Amino acid sequence: MGDASPTPQPAQAGQAVARDERVKDISRLRKMMIRPELGAITGTILVFVYFFLVASDTGMFGPEGIMNWSTVSAQFMILAVGACLLMIAGEFDLSIGSMIGFSGIIIALLSVSMGWPVWAAIIAAFVLSLMIGAANGYLVIKTGLPSFIVTLASLYILRGLTIFISITTTRKTIIGGVKEAAAGDWLAPVFGGKILTGLFSWLADVGVIAKFTAGTRAGQPVIDGVPMLMVWAIGLVIFGHILLTRTQFGNWIFAAGGDAQAARYVGVPVARVKILMFVFTAFTATVFATCQVMEFGSAAADRGLLKEFEAIISVVIGGALLTGGYGSVIGAALGALIFGVVQQGLFFAGVESSLFRVFLGVILLLAVVLNTYIRRLITGER
Amino acid sequence: MSETPLIELRGIERHFGSVIALAGVTVSIMPGECHCLLGDNGAGKSTFIKTMSGVYKPTRGEIFVEGKPVLFESPREAMAYGIATVYQDLAMIPLMSVTRNFWMGREPKKRFGPFSFFDFEKADRVAMEAMRSMGIQLREPSQAVGTLSGGERQTVAISRAVHFGAKVLILDEPTSALGVRQTSQVLATIDRVRKSGVGVVFITHNVRHAMAVGDRFTVLNRGKTLGTAKRGEISTEELQDLMAGGADLAELEGSLGGTV
Repeated sequence: MGDASPTPQPAQAGQAVARDERVKDISRLRKMMIRPELGAITGTILVFVYFFLVASDTGMFGPEGIMNWSTVSAQFMILAVGACLLMIAGEFDLSIGSMIGFSGIIIALLSVSMGWPVWAAIIAAFVLSLMIGAANGYLVIKTGLPSFIVTLASLYILRGLTIFISITTTRKTIIGGVKEAAAGDWLAPVFGGKILTGLFSWLADVGVIAKFTAGTRAGQPVIDGVPMLMVWAIGLVIFGHILLTRTQFGNWIFAAGGDAQAARYVGVPVARVKILMFVFTAFTATVFATCQVMEFGSAAADRGLLKEFEAIISVVIGGALLTGGYGSVIGAALGALIFGVVQQGLFFAGVESSLFRVFLGVILLLAVVLNTYIRRLITGER
Repeated sequence: MSETPLIELRGIERHFGSVIALAGVTVSIMPGECHCLLGDNGAGKSTFIKTMSGVYKPTRGEIFVEGKPVLFESPREAMAYGIATVYQDLAMIPLMSVTRNFWMGREPKKRFGPFSFFDFEKADRVAMEAMRSMGIQLREPSQAVGTLSGGERQTVAISRAVHFGAKVLILDEPTSALGVRQTSQVLATIDRVRKSGVGVVFITHNVRHAMAVGDRFTVLNRGKTLGTAKRGEISTEELQDLMAGGADLAELEGSLGGTV
C-alpha cells in the first residue's frame, strides 16, 4: 500500500462554497440559447420577413390571406400540442393520422348513415379514439417496445379498419351530408362554428375589411368570424403550456421523458403519465377530425394522411428533443405556424408547390442539428 | 453510542435460485455515524443495499428500524421509514432544472380555485436553501442539473433525500466516478449530513475514501460480513486485505511495488 495518491480529505466548508474560477458566468445570450423556443422564434421571424419581401403584394397579408394561412397553421397547432407533450414524455404516436380518418368516419357513419344525433356521434367518436389512445399507451408500457413500432402498427390497423368499416357499411370511402345532419345540433357548432361574427360584420361596416360585392353572399364581409378551429388551437396551446410548465403533472411529463427509471425511484407514476399523454394525443387528433368534418360536411376514410409526421416536424422545429424530456408547447405552436405560413406562402408567392417538401426536409434537418447542439449546451455532453 | 440503532439487519440471507448472494450479513447503523460498507465487485454490496432499501425481501434474517422488527414490502415503504437511497447514476435528470429535480415526485402546490399549480416561488427558495446548507452555491435554481459537476449532482441528490426526512441515507458508490476534487466535495457533504444526526451508509470499494469519513467499517466478502471495526481500530492496509480476501492481494502488491 503506497501513497501514490493522497487520501482525499473532506473539503472545508468555505472551500466547497468557493466559486470554481473555471466556470464562467453564463452570458445572457447563452441563457437565451438554451430556451427550447429559440429556434422557432428565430424561424418565425425569418419566415415572416421573407414572405413580407416576396409576397406582400399578393394579398397574403390581407384579411383573406391571413385567414388562409392561419387556418392551416391552426390545424397543425392542434395536432402539435398533443404530439409535443407526448414527445416530451418520451414517446411518439404515429397513428394520429389514421385516428383522424377513423374519428371522422365514425362521426359521419353514426350521424348520417345510422341517424344518430350529431352530438352523440361526436361523443362516441371521442370515446372510441381516447380508448384507442389508451390502448396504444398501455401496449407501449406493457410490452416495453418502442412506441415507434407499436403506433406504426396502429397506424396500419386503424387505417385499414376505417376503410373496411366505411366500405362494408356504405360501399363508399367518403360519407357526405354531415352539414345537413348537424343543423340545429348543440355540439356541432363547438367544432364547426365561428365566434366574434358581430365584431367582423362591424369591421366590414366601418370598412376595415372588405365585403363580397357579387354572388350569393354579396354584402357579407369576406371574413365573417373566427372559426372554432382557431379557438381550439389557441385554447389547446395555452392549456398545454400551463400544464407543462406550471403544474406538478408537467414536472412528471418532463421526468417521465427525461429518465423514466430515475423518475420511478422518487415516486413519479411514469406509466400513468405516459398513457395519459397517449390519450391526450388521441384527443387532439379527434378535435382536428371533428372540426374538419364539420367544416367540409363530409368524412373520408383517407383523411389525415401524413399528419403524424407533420405534427412531429412542427414539434421538432419547436425545439423538442426526439429523445424526450425537453421541449416547449409554445415552440411547437410556432413550429406549426412556420409550417402553415410557408405552405400557404409559397402558393401566394407562386413558387412551385413541390418545393415545399424540399424546404420542409431542409428545415427539419436544421432544427434537429440545432436542438442537438442546444442539448449539449445544457447537459455539458460532448 | 448506547442508543438504539436507526436500522439493524441481522443474519440477512438472500438467495437467487441456487445462487446465494448474501449468506448472513449483520450490520447496524447508529444516528450520526458514517458506516462504510466495503467490498469488491460481486461481494454482495448492491444486493445488500437493495435489501436494506426494500427492493428485495430477505430470504432469511431480520430487519429492525429503531428497535422494532419490520418487513419492507416496497422501496416506498422503506422510504416511509426514513430509509433513502441515492443511486449513483440514477439520482438526477440532467435536462431538468435543479428545482424540478429536487422536488420531483413531491412538488409543492398552491391552489387557484379548482386548479393547483407548481409553487415555484417556494420550491426555488427551499431548494436554494438546501443547497446552500450543503455548501453548494447555485447560480440560479432554474439551472439545468446537466450543467453541474458530478459531485454537485450527488450533493443535490443527497440534500434532496435529507430534506424529505431521510434518517438513514444509503449512498451507492457516490465517489466511484468522480475526480479528486469532486470526491472531496461529496465527502464533505457526507460529513455535514452525519453531523445533522442522519445515519449514512457509504458503499464503496475505495478504502481511502472510506477512511476519510468513516466512523465504522464493515467489509463484505463473498456474501458475508467479516465483522465491523471502529475508526482507529483498523488500518487502511488491513481493510484492503480483508476486501480482497487477503492472500492474493499481498502477492500482487509485491509484484506491483506497493501501489495498489
